[in-house]
Parts: sequence; structure tokens; C-alpha cells
Amino acid sequence: MNCIIIDDEATARAIISQLCSNTPSIHVLEEFPNAIQAIKYLNQNEIDLIFLDIHMPDFTGFDFIDTLKNPPKIILTTSDVNFAIQAFEYACIVDYLVKPIHLERFQKAIKKAETFTVASTENAVSEKLEGASFGDLYVNIDRRLIKIDIPSIYLVEAKGDYIHVKTEDKNYTVHSTLKKIEEKLPDELFLKVHRSFIINTTKIVDIEDNSVLIKKDVIPVSRSNRPELMKRLNLL
Amino acid sequence: MEKPNLTYIESMSGGDKAFEEKLLSIIKTEFPQEKETYYNNLADKKFKETAENVHKLKHKISILGLEKSYEVAVAFENNLLQGNTDLNEEFNSILTNITNYLDQQP
Repeated sequence: MNCIIIDDEATARAIISQLCSNTPSIHVLEEFPNAIQAIKYLNQNEIDLIFLDIHMPDFTGFDFIDTLKNPPKIILTTSDVNFAIQAFEYACIVDYLVKPIHLERFQKAIKKAETFTVASTENAVSEKLEGASFGDLYVNIDRRLIKIDIPSIYLVEAKGDYIHVKTEDKNYTVHSTLKKIEEKLPDELFLKVHRSFIINTTKIVDIEDNSVLIKKDVIPVSRSNRPELMKRLNLL
Repeated sequence: MEKPNLTYIESMSGGDKAFEEKLLSIIKTEFPQEKETYYNNLADKKFKETAENVHKLKHKISILGLEKSYEVAVAFENNLLQGNTDLNEEFNSILTNITNYLDQQP
């Protein structure tokens, strides 16, 4: 796959370029410090894949995609996890890499890009959510780093200086805060519904007034968080 | 305060020393520029721009393995977007920490 890299940070371009150089199926044709220069290049050259930073001055990654009539495959690279949902609205976006990018995660994204075809926008959101790779979370328990499959988590509860992480198979008690784990969990799946609870919205059984049933746990939903929860539901 | 390290850079270089040196050299050039822009915007109370500068610097903080500092940077960026500079001094010490580390690198 022939690709270009767009990122206003030279350090980031160097890292992505190095990761590409260790991936035989990827050939970096050009690197650009801004999207405007890349648009000029794309008008004259055909490429298969773009590594695109979102956060750039004047012209963001999303502004750039909006200018493309037939965008190629795009892998977003960003230090900001908050754009994930917006990213899923674009049919051309293959994956979303959070900086600093690690080799293993990069290779996973390339594998996805190799089999990815730019779908019609209509089905893009649901297809992406289905195929999205949310990865693992490592938690430190008794000096051991234990891997937890993120989508298997259905509930996180704050208890003083600890959090209880409940998954399909097992529960974990970890010395951490709800705020910290919230930053690590993808917004597409998880929502903080109360100051002490984060739920996986795909695991909801039912909702009643100001509570939600997740598996067998009845979780309170605070008034301020209820509108966001309702927005996430595919209501008939 | 935690010390910067090359763990991430080494993990992705695959032992390519030339790349490690090249990347450090880029960071040594880019970091002072980003830092200066940050200080200027902060002095001018341009908080949105300052938050963008912190956002960029955040990447270098994570590349240098400063996990706790990264969390401070995330919080500071969010604070700045609300016009709050509470973590200013803490963040500035992180920048000094990195500056001192980079100055020691060959």
C-alpha cells in the first residue's frame, strides 16, 4: 500500500515513518506537516492509505477528510481519545491510533487496512463499531499486570481508593480511580452514569426511571447523566 | 519527580540506533520551540492556544515515558480549555525536567 503521513509534529511523522519502514506492505511516498500541502499532492497522485493527525492548527484532520471527494483509507493518529465517535462517522476511516503509537497496535491497524474497503457512509457507523478493536486494559494487582479484554467489562464501580471492575468472567479490585479508568475506556462502549459507576452500554438489560440493569446489577443513573444515556439508545 | 527514559523509543526502534539518535535529535529541536510557544501563549493568557500547545507537548511527555506527568498534562489541557491555570506550576516543572534530560543527551 502506498501511503502518506500528515502530522504537524515532526516527532510524530518520524515515529510513523519508522513503524512503516518495518512493515513490508507499506511504502511511505511523502510526509506533510499540514493538510493543505497534502491536498495539492493528492490532486496529482493516487495513494492507498493516509496516516492523519486530527489536531492540527487551522485545518484539522476532519476538515481535511471533508475536502476529499473519494478519500482513500485513513488511519487517524491522535493524542486525543475523545474523537473516536466522530471518527466512526467516516466510511474511509480504518482505525484510530492513540499516540504514542506502539508497534503491536500499529501492526493491527495495518492488518485492518489491508482487508478494508471503503464502505458506503450509510452503514459505516454500525460496521465500524462491530469490527472495532478496543484492545486490552492492564491492571496492577499485587504487583502483577493482569490483562482485561475491554469489551468484556460491563461495570466499573468506585469504592474509596479502589475500583471494582466486573467482567463477563471475573471481577477485579484495583487501586485506582474512576476518572483514571474512564480515560482508558472507549467512549463508544462506556458511559459514566453516576459519580460511582461506569457502565458498558452494550450490556444494558433494561432501564427504569433512574436506574439501569446491567447483567444482574441495578445501577443508579444520576439526573445529569441520564440525557447522555438516553441519547445512546436506539429507541423505537 | 519521575525521570524521563527511552523505553518507548527503544521498544519501537527495533534496535535501530540510528533511528533512536535521529528521533532524539528531532525532539531536541522541536521541544524547545513548542515550549517557547506554550510559554508565550500562557503569558498572553491565550488559554485555548495554550491548551493546544500542551496537547502537542503531551505526546513528547508520553514518548519519554513520563506516565504521571502525562496525566498532569491531560488534566492541565482540560483545565486550560476552561480558562483555569491551576496546574501551571506543576506542568512547568515537567517541562524543566524534560529540558534538563534533553540537555544531558549527546
